[in-house]
Amino acid sequence: MVDTPDTLLEGDRLSRRFGGVVALQDYSVKLSKGDLLGLIGPNGAGKTTAFNLLSGVLPPSAGSISLDGRNLTGSQPEAFAEAGIARSFQNIRLFKDLSAWENVAAGYHMRHGAGWLSTILALPGARASERRMREKACALMETVGLADFIDQRAGDMPYGHQRKLEIARALATEPRVLLLDEPAAGMNATETEELKKMIAVIHEDLGLTLVLVEHDMRFVMSLCRRVQVLNRGELIADGTPEEVQATPAVAEAYLGKGRGKKVA
Amino acid sequence: MTGGTGMMDRLRHNPAALGIGLLLIGAALIAGAEAWLTPFERTVIGFAGINIILAVSLSFSNGLTGLFSLGHPAFMMLGGYTAAILTFPAMRKSTMLPGLPEFIATSELSLLPATLAGGVVAAVAALIAGFPVLRLRGHYLAVATLGLIVIVQVLINNMDSITRGAIGLAGLPRLSNLWWIYGWVAVTLFVTWQLKHASLGRALMSIRENELASASIGVRRARLKLFAFVLGAFFAGVAGALWAHLVTNLTPNSFGIVTAFMIVVMVVLGGSGSLIGAALAAIALSVISEAARPIERAIDAYGLVQIVTATLLIAVLLFRPQGLFGSGEPVTRRMTTPGKPPSKTSHEHRGGFPNETS
Ligand SMILES: Nc1ncnc2c1ncn2[C@@H]1O[C@H](COP(=O)(O)OP(=O)(O)O)[C@@H](O)[C@H]1O
Ligand SMILES: [Mg+2]
Repeated sequence: MVDTPDTLLEGDRLSRRFGGVVALQDYSVKLSKGDLLGLIGPNGAGKTTAFNLLSGVLPPSAGSISLDGRNLTGSQPEAFAEAGIARSFQNIRLFKDLSAWENVAAGYHMRHGAGWLSTILALPGARASERRMREKACALMETVGLADFIDQRAGDMPYGHQRKLEIARALATEPRVLLLDEPAAGMNATETEELKKMIAVIHEDLGLTLVLVEHDMRFVMSLCRRVQVLNRGELIADGTPEEVQATPAVAEAYLGKGRGKKVA
Repeated sequence: MTGGTGMMDRLRHNPAALGIGLLLIGAALIAGAEAWLTPFERTVIGFAGINIILAVSLSFSNGLTGLFSLGHPAFMMLGGYTAAILTFPAMRKSTMLPGLPEFIATSELSLLPATLAGGVVAAVAALIAGFPVLRLRGHYLAVATLGLIVIVQVLINNMDSITRGAIGLAGLPRLSNLWWIYGWVAVTLFVTWQLKHASLGRALMSIRENELASASIGVRRARLKLFAFVLGAFFAGVAGALWAHLVTNLTPNSFGIVTAFMIVVMVVLGGSGSLIGAALAAIALSVISEAARPIERAIDAYGLVQIVTATLLIAVLLFRPQGLFGSGEPVTRRMTTPGKPPSKTSHEHRGGFPNETS
């Protein structure tokens, strides 16, 4: 495979073992700027593990990750964030005891936070950056439809709002690639519809490259023009929603036939 | 709270005026205390101030950032000895502390530079110790920082040519007074307050709240933890220096595990990360322990204070684990945003004051 110049995020033959469990095996993904990829698969397929590797939360057992040609394999998550990879978590990980806007503002710290000395002395630069950060955080919360929850303690927000807040916090890091791990989980039908619109906005208006993990096949199929299917840590399909649905291994994986047998 | 609200609001929007006002009130109180109180009373107030510095700085590193460090006494010791050696009368230095390098042996500093040097030595020690120690978390970190106390005690015991070992340093000049102590209280509160209520403070709290999420939004954990640890150590060093020049003697056992325990109780009582809470708890515990001293003597029950404190700690942990003020401050609504009125709920959720909800 020749590296096309517009490849943004690349995961190459990524594997991850936990003791004897192979959570992910030879998973490869290549994203160009502006892609919106859906990653689906049954429970335990390795989707979250793939995200953990792509966001630097876990180092891969084998394989490599690069963003814009820059090798990130083995770096700390901070370096992944700095390079421009942001994510949300399947098990929501907000800063519960901080208010909603403070969660978002924390996301701005990496690129806009003032140094300690200018903060202590309240130098004009630090004060201006603080003001800007608050305004930006509030604006971003408006974008994700949380304008009324700015001062709410994050841990007390309704579940669906917490998911949106996590997305806002991730956006505050000004990423190039955004990984969303089951953003619709626990949302009701209306919230899911809203989320869909929001994801479309993020993708089109902000021009972000997105990977979307979802349980709900229909949700993914309606949003993404490219879908990957994982099953037991292995990639069993990669293509348009139609192509993927036509793959026998996918139907088997979802219907639970082939259980005990090796799929793909 | 109705009449004063308008003025409070105006002051809140003008922090400089509020700060100057508080400084003036504080200065008047200190002038009054220096003029009218007995030396014993002034000493008690001095101890309270030193405890405020300790509790607030530990609340910053432990409560705000979530580092469970018990190492404050080690840094107090380093700061105390450094400052004491620097202010020690040059005449006596050459005979009593023969191991000192020439330029220290012949000089005799005043309190401020000596205190600053004490803080810097403690901070440098924290910087060096922090690299390995801050890789640990939770009780591992707690145990490792207890180790720091032991290391410093052993070092001071054995470097007797510059510390007089177990005998300690006695007859130090009594340079600390309420002006110096409360001046440093103001500095400690100002510095930690500024940091807490800014982007850096949010970054530090994000580490405490969820380290993984914090890392994934690019907060450089290792650096920030080290920063909080070093800053806390600096103020502990300052407090040690002030203590040495208030009590006028210093031994390797002046500060130890009991000291660590008392400071941690102040932080827990105040609410982890609440700076004002820590300061109030420091005042309360200082007053209690001084008031109890005559009682201890009368009924021949030394250590009563520690028992009462420990019981208090257990009660707080059982019934109000978030402490008096949670991680908020009793005087502000941290979550107000420009252009948006503070929502009613925000105050309650922070474990606000005075109409707190559980
Ligand atoms: N941190 C971990 N430690 C041990 N096993 C893990 C860990 N994370 C995931 N696994 C295992 O790896 C497999 C894939 O899990 P995961 O990536 O969470 O799947 P998915 O997100 O597709 O539901 C599962 O068998 C899971 O139990
Ligand atoms: Mg998952």
